[in-house]
Amino acid sequence: MRDLLWADNVSFRYAPGAPLVVDGVSVRLAAGALVGILGPNGSGKTTLLRLLSGTRRPSSGRVLLGERRLDQLSRRDTARQIAVVPQETELAFEYRAIEIVLMGRHPHLGVFAVEGPGDIRIAEDALAATGTSHLADRPFHEISGGEKQRVVIAAALAQSAQLLLLDEPTASLDLRYQLEISSLLSRLNHDHGVTMAISTHDLNLAASICRELVMMRDGRVLAAGPVAEVLTPENVKALYDVEADVHVNSATGHMTVVPVRLATPKRVREGGLISR
Amino acid sequence: MSIRRRILTVVAAFAVFAIAVMLWAPTVGSTSISLTRALDRSIPWESNVDAQIFFVARLPRVLAGALVGATLAAAGVVLQALLRNPLATPFTLGVSAGASLGAMLAVTMQLELSLLGITSIPLASFAGSLVATGIVYALASSQRRGLSTNVLLLAGVTLNSFFSALILFVQYLADFAEALRAIRWMMGGLDVADYFPILAALPFIVVAFAVFAMLPRTLNLLSVGAESAAAKGVDIVSAQRLAFVSASLATGAAVSLGGPIGFIGIIVPHLVRLMVGSDHRIVLPASALFGAAFLVLCDLAARTLMSPLEIPVGVVTALIGGPFFLWLLVKRS
Repeated sequence: MRDLLWADNVSFRYAPGAPLVVDGVSVRLAAGALVGILGPNGSGKTTLLRLLSGTRRPSSGRVLLGERRLDQLSRRDTARQIAVVPQETELAFEYRAIEIVLMGRHPHLGVFAVEGPGDIRIAEDALAATGTSHLADRPFHEISGGEKQRVVIAAALAQSAQLLLLDEPTASLDLRYQLEISSLLSRLNHDHGVTMAISTHDLNLAASICRELVMMRDGRVLAAGPVAEVLTPENVKALYDVEADVHVNSATGHMTVVPVRLATPKRVREGGLISR
Repeated sequence: MSIRRRILTVVAAFAVFAIAVMLWAPTVGSTSISLTRALDRSIPWESNVDAQIFFVARLPRVLAGALVGATLAAAGVVLQALLRNPLATPFTLGVSAGASLGAMLAVTMQLELSLLGITSIPLASFAGSLVATGIVYALASSQRRGLSTNVLLLAGVTLNSFFSALILFVQYLADFAEALRAIRWMMGGLDVADYFPILAALPFIVVAFAVFAMLPRTLNLLSVGAESAAAKGVDIVSAQRLAFVSASLATGAAVSLGGPIGFIGIIVPHLVRLMVGSDHRIVLPASALFGAAFLVLCDLAARTLMSPLEIPVGVVTALIGGPFFLWLLVKRS
C-alpha cells in the first residue's frame, strides 16, 4: 500500500540548544493504517504527532504527505488532509457542540465565507458518526468528559481529512468511555477508511484496535511493526521498565498486557548498590 | 435559519439600535431639539437652529463617542480571543499607558507642534501608544515561534505599571495646572469641537476594522486553543500578528481621540456574549455596534446628569463598569 504520510528521519528540539525531543524517528502511515504510538511520559509521542500534523516543523529530516513535503504546504492545505484530536480541549469562551464541530470546516472555507448547507450536513454526519447528535445544541462545557472527547473527534472528522492523528484520546476517560472511544476509532478506520495514528498509554487499547505499533523512548524508536511482533514482554520492559505478561487469546487473537512488577533497573543490578 | 441569515439578522438588530441611539442622543441636552426639524431640509440652514445645534454642536461629539466606543469594544473582543482570556481589555497590553505617557509629556513639555492640523496631545498620545505596542511586540516575538501570549500578557502588564510610574514621576515634576490638564485628559473626554479630530483618527481605525473583518472565524478557533487552531488550518503566527497589531493600532487611534476610556472594552463584549453566544462572526460586529451605542449613552449621561456640570465620560463608564466587572468575576468563580 502507498504511504500517505511519511516522517523520514525527523528530529526536533523546541529551542536552539535544547535537547532533542524527537531524535531521528521514521514513521510510515500507509493508506488505511491504524498505528499506535506507545512510550512513557516525555518520550516524544506528542511532539512526533505535531511533526506529523505539520503544526511544528522538524529541526532536521522531512515529513512527506503523499509526494509533497509538509513544510511546503500551507496550514490550510495541510488541514484539509490531516486532522488532529488534541489531548485536551479547553475553551476560552462557551460554544455549543455543533459550533465546535463546524469549526472543522475552517480549512475548506474562504476568508469571508460562512458555512453553507453542505458544511452543516458534514458536521451533522460527524456528530452522527461519533454518536453525539443529541448533544449538538448543548454547551460544550456542560457535557461529560467522554462526550467532549467525542465532540472533538467529530470536529476533526468534519475536516473531511483522510488522516486522523489522535493524542492520548482516552487518557482522562473512565472505562466505559475508553471502550466507546476505542470502538469508535476502530469503526472509523474500518468503515470510513480513515487512516490513523494514536498515541496512548493504554497498551490494551493499542493491542485491541491498532494493527501496527511504534514504541518510543527518549525521542527514539525502540521498536516498530505489526502488533503481534512488537508487543512482547521484552519490548514492554525496555519501554517502561516494567515486567509484564503478554497473553494472546488463541481463539480471537486478542492480546492483553498485564503489568507484573517494576523491572530492576540495569545499572542498579550491575553496580550492586541495592542488596536484595 | 441558516448561519448566514442568523449573523445578518443579529448584526442588523444591533445596527438599528446603534443608529437609533446616535440619532436620539444629539437631540438631548441643555436645549431640547426636534430631530424631524433638524433633518428638515426645507428650512434654510441659517434659520434652522435645531439643525445647527444637531450638526455643529452635538453630532461631532456623538460620532466621536460612537467611533471610540466601537473601536474599544471591537479591540477588546479581538484581544480577549487572542490572549484566550475573557478578562483582557484593549489596555491590557500597555497601549493606553503609552498613550497617557505621551499625552502627559506633551502637556508638561508644552509641545506646540501640530501635524495636518492635529494638536500635540493626540499626536503625542498616538505616538506613545505606538511605542508601547512596539515594545510589547518586540518582547513577545523575540522567541522563535510567533508571539507568546504569556509573554504578551506579562510584558503588557509590566509595561502598564512602568509607564504609570513614569506618568506619576512626570506629574510630580509638573506644575499644578499642567498636571490637572493631563489628569483631566486621562479621565477621557469626547468634547470635540468639530469633525476634524474624528477624520484624523478614522483612517487608522478603518484599516484596523478591515483586518478585524478577516479574523472572526480564526478568533473562534484561537479561543479553542492555538494548537488545535493550527491543526484546523490557522496560520497561528500571522493570525496573532494581525490581531495584535490591528487591535493596538485601533486602540491607539481611539485613545488619541477620546482619552483612555476604561471598561468599554470589557463590559461590552461580555454583555454581547451573554446576549448572542460566542461566535465571533456575531460577537465582533455586534460588540462594535453596541460599544458605539454604549459610549454615546454614557457620554449623554456625562453631559446631562449634573448639567451644567460635565462628568468626565471615563468616570461614568468606570462607575458603571467597575461594579459590573466585579459581579462578572464573582459569577465566573
